[in-house]
Amino acid sequence: MADGQETSTGFNPLMLLVWAWVGLPFAYGVYELIQKVAQLFGG
Amino acid sequence: MIPPAALSVHLAIGQAYSWSVFKKPLESAFGLTGTASALPFQLGIVMLGLSAAFGGTLVERNGPRWAMFVSMICFSSGFLISALGVALGQYWLVVLGYGFVGGIGLGIGYISPVSTLMKWFPDRPGMATGIAIMGFGGGALIASPWSTEMLSAFGSDLGGISKTFLVHGLVYAVFMSMGVFLIRVPREGWRPPGWDPAKTAVRSLVTTANVSARNAIRTPQFWCLWVVLCFNVTAGIGILEKAAPMIGDFFANTSTPVAAGAAAGFVALLSLANMAGRIVWSSTSDVIGRKNMYRVYLGVGALFYLVIALAGDSSTLLFIVCAMGILSFYGGGFATVPAYLKDLFGTYQVGAIHGRLLTAWSTAGVLGPLIVNAVADSQEAAGRSGSSLYTTSLYIMIVLLAVGFLANELIRPVNPVYHEPPVEEEAGQQGPLAMRGEA
Repeated sequence: MADGQETSTGFNPLMLLVWAWVGLPFAYGVYELIQKVAQLFGG
Repeated sequence: MIPPAALSVHLAIGQAYSWSVFKKPLESAFGLTGTASALPFQLGIVMLGLSAAFGGTLVERNGPRWAMFVSMICFSSGFLISALGVALGQYWLVVLGYGFVGGIGLGIGYISPVSTLMKWFPDRPGMATGIAIMGFGGGALIASPWSTEMLSAFGSDLGGISKTFLVHGLVYAVFMSMGVFLIRVPREGWRPPGWDPAKTAVRSLVTTANVSARNAIRTPQFWCLWVVLCFNVTAGIGILEKAAPMIGDFFANTSTPVAAGAAAGFVALLSLANMAGRIVWSSTSDVIGRKNMYRVYLGVGALFYLVIALAGDSSTLLFIVCAMGILSFYGGGFATVPAYLKDLFGTYQVGAIHGRLLTAWSTAGVLGPLIVNAVADSQEAAGRSGSSLYTTSLYIMIVLLAVGFLANELIRPVNPVYHEPPVEEEAGQQGPLAMRGEA
């Protein structure tokens, strides 16, 4: 499991997929959280 | 692609904070007490601290991909062993699986991307580690509703819990594998375009030298920072651990008591503040400096506690705003500390040093709930109710934050006697000289 080494952080199409990989579950979690917060102010 | 790689690990292991979802089903299925059903989580947090402290040097030596791989195997195996344990009706296997094996995955996974992120973003180390550590806070936001829905679908009996654990183990293995594949160490000497390391080193606490993990724990700076982190976390955990009953008790004697559903909303709001604080405040620390940032966490945090203590049950909104402020500083304290360590000790073995510092978290995890619960119980036994159940513990938190503030003030640049000597670099090895060239 040796680490590879990169020389740049340039943008590539894979970037969108990678951010969606973590971003979509996170958005789901935030959505569920907002639903609960609404209970605090909505009664 | 390094931040999402780090996030894939932290969003997964952050599931640990949502263990409470499994407590009731496990208690019903196995006939357990509340204390027994908390065992897997408690052992997991203990193993997090121990594996981060003792595994930090291995993580530095073998690199982030190895660490993320180990974390993925341990964390997923923990769920799979637990699934087997539930299927066989053997609760000890759940404790061993989720708590012991999974806990190792938590500790190694937590520190795995820290030093790599700071090497990729030497100009904004606070923001870089804030993104990852925000993921740890966000992991429970995903896992809590997801696990609840899965238990509803499979059922809350032994078979249903077993299937739920099995799916968790498999899904988290796939989810974390993205991080394992994508994590990369920058080539030696890499620096962001247009960034001048000399400008960063102008601040008095930011070093261009390096200190080994072995030497770091011999410095007063390490132990001052240990006290700072421990008391900042104690202050936050004191509210976090008892948030729902606390807001209920606080306003029980008023004309506007807080119902159980609203208390759940308060808990969710604190989670949001905790998570947002990790990225907002750690990014701010890149601008105003780490020492100033901790002055805010500890000083303003103490003021928030004072406002809660003085205002009592007079205003629900004021209580919520102050509690959110405290929790945002709690999260910010976690996220800013790796960058503070990097400023003081360099990037050479910052992951290993960070691992050792996390023992402060384990200590605070015991201290915070102990203070709040013990004081509330004794006040209740004395016949008190409402906000007066918590007044004494609020003042104790203010004292702890003041001690933390003083410890932060005592932090000075590390004595050069602890610095690694400038040695010629061996081919293929990362050592102090290479790190110094980057910083």
